[in-house]
Amino acid sequence: MIRRILPLVAGLLWASSAFAADYTLLNVSYDPTRELYADFNKAFVAAYQKETSKSIEIKQSHGGSGSQARAVIDGLQADIVTLALAYDIDAIAAKGLVAPDWQKRLSLNASPYTSTIVFLVRKGNPKAIKDWDDLIKPGVQVITPNPKTSGGARWNYLAAWGFAEKKFGSADRAKKFVADLFKNVPVLDTGARGSTVTFVERGVGDVLLAWENEAFLAQREFGKDKFEIVAPPLSILAEPPVALVDKVADKKGTRAVAEAYLKYWYTKEGQEIAARNSYRPRDSEIAKEYEKSFAKVELFTIDDVFGGWTKAQKDHFGEGGIFDQIYKN
Amino acid sequence: MSMQTNFVTPVAQLKAYASTAGVAIAIPSHGEPGERSRAVASPRDLRTEPGPIRFVVIALAVSFLTVFVVLPLVVVFASAFSKGISAYFAALAEPEALSAIKLTLLVAAISVGLNLVFGVIAAWAIAKFDFRGKTFLITLIDLPFSVSPVISGLVFVLLFGAQGYWGSWLQAHNIHILFAVPGIALATIFVTFPFVARSLIPLMQEQGTQEEEAAISLGASGLQTFFRVTLPNIKWGLLYGVLLCNARAMGEFGAVSVVSGHIRGETNTMPLLVEILYNEYQFVASFAIASLLAMLALITLVVKAVLERRLDEGQIPRNDPGDH
Repeated sequence: MIRRILPLVAGLLWASSAFAADYTLLNVSYDPTRELYADFNKAFVAAYQKETSKSIEIKQSHGGSGSQARAVIDGLQADIVTLALAYDIDAIAAKGLVAPDWQKRLSLNASPYTSTIVFLVRKGNPKAIKDWDDLIKPGVQVITPNPKTSGGARWNYLAAWGFAEKKFGSADRAKKFVADLFKNVPVLDTGARGSTVTFVERGVGDVLLAWENEAFLAQREFGKDKFEIVAPPLSILAEPPVALVDKVADKKGTRAVAEAYLKYWYTKEGQEIAARNSYRPRDSEIAKEYEKSFAKVELFTIDDVFGGWTKAQKDHFGEGGIFDQIYKN
Repeated sequence: MSMQTNFVTPVAQLKAYASTAGVAIAIPSHGEPGERSRAVASPRDLRTEPGPIRFVVIALAVSFLTVFVVLPLVVVFASAFSKGISAYFAALAEPEALSAIKLTLLVAAISVGLNLVFGVIAAWAIAKFDFRGKTFLITLIDLPFSVSPVISGLVFVLLFGAQGYWGSWLQAHNIHILFAVPGIALATIFVTFPFVARSLIPLMQEQGTQEEEAAISLGASGLQTFFRVTLPNIKWGLLYGVLLCNARAMGEFGAVSVVSGHIRGETNTMPLLVEILYNEYQFVASFAIASLLAMLALITLVVKAVLERRLDEGQIPRNDPGDH
C-alpha cells in the first residue's frame, strides 16, 4: 500500500516544482489588498516579461499589518513590504532590514495609492448616519477592529479624533468623543477583514468603519441592494506605504526586480489598477478619469493633525497610551 | 506463526487516554460488550427507568448530537456544493488549493513518520524497562497536550526566528526553518507527539515482558525480538495511534498559523487556506477545502471504530491477510 502511494505523492510534489521563474519575489502585505495585488502582480509580470523577457513569480502573504511586520522581523523572507501604515515599516527598519530613509526613496511618502475611512451602512441607512457625530448617538452600534492589532483600525481611530479635534477645538474634547464612540463598539476584531465579515456576514452592528476600498469591495461582493457607502464630509488621508526590504533583496539578488516592481506603481498602468480596485490614485490624470468613483471628502493628513506616525503611535496606541486609557473605562 | 496468546487489551484505558488527550471524537459504543462482561449483567436489566424518562433522555442526547455534530457537518457539505458539483471541483483544482493539499499531506507524512518511530521507541522504553526519571519522561511526552497550540508555535519562533536564539546563525548559513516547510513540520510534530506513545504505553504495559523474555531465552536477538514479537503484538494499537496522530497533524491550525508566514501557494496548509478563502468571500472554495478535512474526520472515525473493535476482541486475528 505505502509502496503504491509514495511514488504518487512524490510525483505530485515534483510536478509542482517543475516550473521555475527567473526571479521569485515575496510581497508581504496587509489584509484588504488581496484583490489589489492579485491584479497588480499579473500586470507587472506581463509588463516585465515584455520589457526584459525575464519571467517573474510573485508570491503574496496577507495578514494584519502589525503581525505581518512582526513576521518579517522574525525572518519571513519578504523582498517587498506593502503595509497599512508607515509605522509598521519603521518597526522593520528599526531592526536594520530596511534602510532608515525608506520613505524618501520613492515619491509621495512611498505611498503610490491612498485611501480614506468611510462608513458602510445597511440598505436605506436606517440609523441615518451621515457624519462622525452620528456614531456616538445612543443605540448606534459601530463595528471597527482593534487599533492595537489592526492598521485600518488605527486609521479609523485617528480619523474620528481628527474630526472631533477640528469640530470641538481641543484634545480633551476629542478624547471624550473617541471614548464615546468606542462605548458604541460591541466587538473588536483583530483585523480589518475580520470586522467586515462581522458586519456583512454575521449582521452585527449598524455601521462599519472601513477602508474605502474595503467598503467598495464588500458592496461589490454582496450587492448594492444590501449595503450603502456613506462618505463623511471630513476624513483622514490614509497613506499605505510600500518599501523594498534591503537585507533580503540583496541576499536574494532581487533588488533590481523589486525596485522595478515598486516603480511600476507610479506608472499610468499601475495607477489605473489602483483606481480600478477602489484605491485613490495619485496620478492626476487617472484621478480625473475615476473622479466619479470616489466621493468628495475633505482629507487631513496624519502629519497635519498628529505630527506623524511615530508620535501618533506613541501618544495613542502605545502601552498606557490614550487608547488604553479610553478602553479601560 | 501464531505466537499470540489471548491477552486482553485494555481498551478502556486507551479510550481514557484518548479522551484526556482532548481528542474530540465520540467513542462509539459497541453493541456487544465482549466476553468478559457478559457474565455480569445483560444490558436489558439496567433499564429501570420508566419509559417517558428514557424517551426524554434519549431525545436530549440525540438533539444535542444533531445540533453540535450533525448540523455543522451538513452545513459544511451543503455550502461546499451550494454552487454545484463543477464549482466544487473547480475550487479544489485551484493551484493554491492543490498546493495546500500537497503541503498538508507532506507535513502529515513527515510528522506521522517521525512520531511513529519515536513514539514506538518511547513507549517501548517506558513499558518494558524500569529506569530513573521514567515518570518525568511520561510527563514530558504529555506536555504538548497541555500547552496551547499558539505557544507551541511561538516557541519555534523564539528558537528559529531571525531575532531568536539560533536566528543569526541560520540566516548566515541561509537555512530557512521558520516560514517554510521545516518550521511547519516541527510545529506539527510538537503538537502531535503524544498520540503514538500514549496509545501504546498502556497496551504494552498490559502485555508485559514475558513473550520477549521467552524469545530472548530461545536465542533471538534484540531486534529480532522487537520485530517478531513486540511489533506484531502492538500492531492495532499502533495503527490507532497513527490514525489519531494523522488526524491532528492534518487539522492543526494554531501552531502552524504562527510559523507559516501565510505565503500563498507555498506555506498555507488546508486549515489555513480555509480561513483565508473564507475571508476573501470565496465561500464555496473555503467549504470545499473544509469538506475534505471533514471527510478525513469521517474516515478517521470509521477506521477508528474498526480498530477499536479489533482491540476489543483482545487478540489479533490469525492468518491476517492484511499486510501493512
